[in-house]
Amino acid sequence: MSTTASGSPRAGSRRSGIRRGEAASGWLFTAPMLILLGLFLVIPVLMALWVSVSDWTGRGSPFSSNVSFIGADNYEALLTGGGLAQRDFGTSLKNNAWYVVFVVPLQTALSLFLAVLLNRQILKGRGFFRTAFYFPSITSTVAITVLWLFLFNASGVVNKVLSFVGITGPNWFNDARGILHFGATTGPAFLTENTTLGVTWWDWLGGPSVAMSAYILMAIFTTSGTFMLLFIAALQNLGEDVTEAAMMDGATGWQRFWQVTLPQLRPTLFTVLTLGLIGCWQVFEQIYAGTKGAPSKTTLTPAYLAYQTAFNNQQWGQGAAIAFILFAIIVFFTLVQRWVLADRGVSKRRARLYALPPASSDGKPAPAAVLTKPGRNR
Amino acid sequence: MQRRTSRWLSVGALAAAGTLVLTGCGSGFSETPEPGAGGGELTSSDDGLTVLIGSSGDAETKSVKDAVAAWSDSSGIDAEVKAAADKDQELSQGFSSGKPADVFYLSTEALPGYASNGSLLAYGDMLENKDDFYPALVSSFTYEGDFYCAPKDFSSLALQINTDMWAEAGLTDDDIPTTWQELETVSKALTTPEHVGLAIGAEYQRIGAFMAQAGGNLMNEESTEATANSPENVEALTFVKKMLNDGTLSYVKDLGAGWGGEALGKGLTAMTIEGNWITGAMTNDFPDIKYIVAELPEGPAGKGTMQFSNCWGIATDSPNQQAALELVQELTTAESQLAFSEAFGPLPSLQSAAEDWKAAHEPLVPFLNGAEYAQGVPTIQGTLDIMTDLNSQLEGLKTGDPQEILDTAQENIEALLK
Repeated sequence: MSTTASGSPRAGSRRSGIRRGEAASGWLFTAPMLILLGLFLVIPVLMALWVSVSDWTGRGSPFSSNVSFIGADNYEALLTGGGLAQRDFGTSLKNNAWYVVFVVPLQTALSLFLAVLLNRQILKGRGFFRTAFYFPSITSTVAITVLWLFLFNASGVVNKVLSFVGITGPNWFNDARGILHFGATTGPAFLTENTTLGVTWWDWLGGPSVAMSAYILMAIFTTSGTFMLLFIAALQNLGEDVTEAAMMDGATGWQRFWQVTLPQLRPTLFTVLTLGLIGCWQVFEQIYAGTKGAPSKTTLTPAYLAYQTAFNNQQWGQGAAIAFILFAIIVFFTLVQRWVLADRGVSKRRARLYALPPASSDGKPAPAAVLTKPGRNR
Repeated sequence: MQRRTSRWLSVGALAAAGTLVLTGCGSGFSETPEPGAGGGELTSSDDGLTVLIGSSGDAETKSVKDAVAAWSDSSGIDAEVKAAADKDQELSQGFSSGKPADVFYLSTEALPGYASNGSLLAYGDMLENKDDFYPALVSSFTYEGDFYCAPKDFSSLALQINTDMWAEAGLTDDDIPTTWQELETVSKALTTPEHVGLAIGAEYQRIGAFMAQAGGNLMNEESTEATANSPENVEALTFVKKMLNDGTLSYVKDLGAGWGGEALGKGLTAMTIEGNWITGAMTNDFPDIKYIVAELPEGPAGKGTMQFSNCWGIATDSPNQQAALELVQELTTAESQLAFSEAFGPLPSLQSAAEDWKAAHEPLVPFLNGAEYAQGVPTIQGTLDIMTDLNSQLEGLKTGDPQEILDTAQENIEALLK
């Protein structure tokens, strides 16, 4: 790529001179990876795409002559079918959406907080803390899930600790109550009678179930360490000079963090949020190893539903369709995030703070005092 | 311009190559014979057999391996037993690749899916001892009129009672409940601050026994009609709900146990309703708990319980169906089944084996008696979904409305029948 950037005239010189054959070597050297990617990524994805619009029943090749194209039937069953398939899919989306809403911001905030703490020069034993915080990330999800099932058992450690402060803990992994319902069992009629994707608005608004909340805590616990590392790396790349300049200007520590450090971390923040978002929409192992969707389907996620639909119920087309809808959701939210975090020019309102005030009517510039008190211009 | 053209060319070339590979991949799958090819001649060849089992533990794996090896020695046909980690997934993979295991465990819930896509050989009617199987088991493995596979064994539900707690509550052998009312009475007597009287799993696979006692089930016997919201089923759920709210019945998960056996073993409950698999777990994990097994009490419509079973499935794509059938024939004889029962506890699926079994397992006879009046789960494609959905609602039965829960199940089943 750098060769084209060197500015040689393109079309004419490509097949002549010293650079002849470079393209061929380029393809040759990248071929192993391209073939691997094609074989294990592109082709399976295309096959899955075909399965999602076919009536393949899971026997023999999906390309054999007795498998036929059925259009968007599988997608329709999930999105507008009105049956159990739609209700399950709606439920799984609801569960996963709440999971994302809680996990992504909390794990980002926690990992940033830990990174800032560990980045301080005065802290003794930084290496120890770094390892300690990172440890859950490298432990297998299944192992942590099993641990979590024990900790959050009805008579487990967590409830024991809660009982010391007089709280009777819930039966975590068996409690299907939505935490935003606050114990209410029925809601106002307009919420319980209207449904989206077969799930009542009352349920949509109920928040994650207590069982899902335990998974949320687990996700925050396990992934914060990974993202903490990303933030530490980014923090160590920041120049001291900018911070020092801010100090000289009299910015407090709090202001320096929000106005100086955080804006410089924007690319890392984007990475962390995107990785977090993708990971959160693909929750699978915890559910598979732990609750398998119970209690009352409140820990059912689209990824697990896709697996269950295909492998256990032999509805391969629907399973593949769920996977593609999930893919679309992830792409959509990633694009939204990219747009929200995009580097933009300074907004007009902000820019006004730094602009020279318009000349007053007698032609003289406005008094300098105005510049030092930008608040007045708002 | 030229650059753009060449780029498009390479994209085109890639796509073409992709398609080529795809078609190549397609031919890599063996072409599937027409579905329903099982009716005619059986395939026969020199190929060895693969047997895929979902094992409950080492004891089961070993005894199946020994039995298959013995058959292999006498017949001269190679046979290899594989214990699957995730049987459903491995089976599915086998069927889609066209090279499935020849013989495998198959659950009643999984039967309709595989039967409808033609993966299974319907060999039931070719079995020499087919009239000897319990009729309820045969109907569990009959899909759309065809008897697909031989029930390898079965389990049924019964009542387990902790005898120490029973004596503490001042109850005697005469008090063993035979009706719903008596069940309620003894359960109340057995409920103390330390433990509940009765604890069961919050699922159709347990509560269905009450439905059977009330005379209902999710579907009619032939699985052609939904009967989920029948008055009998409503009556059953209403009874269970009443006991839940009275505190004489608890769901095991609410007690912090994984299943009934654990609740009984840990002394969280005085009684539970489980199948005969509980005996192994009690001996191994809770040897100090003394308990007896009794038949489930009668409901308004008499006796009722649920049974669960696996069969020996044979794949349509097996190159050696003849040998597979012979192997299954051997594995389902009374002698083989009694040996399996000795090793890991299931009940023999043959009526002719019942007397021998009863003589050898005196205290466990109530389990086998259940075979006379047991009901199986419905066999239509999508049963698994229906049961998962029903179970998710039964978890909320304490505050839920039985009629509503069953209406939803009824709708779901009717949607499948369309």
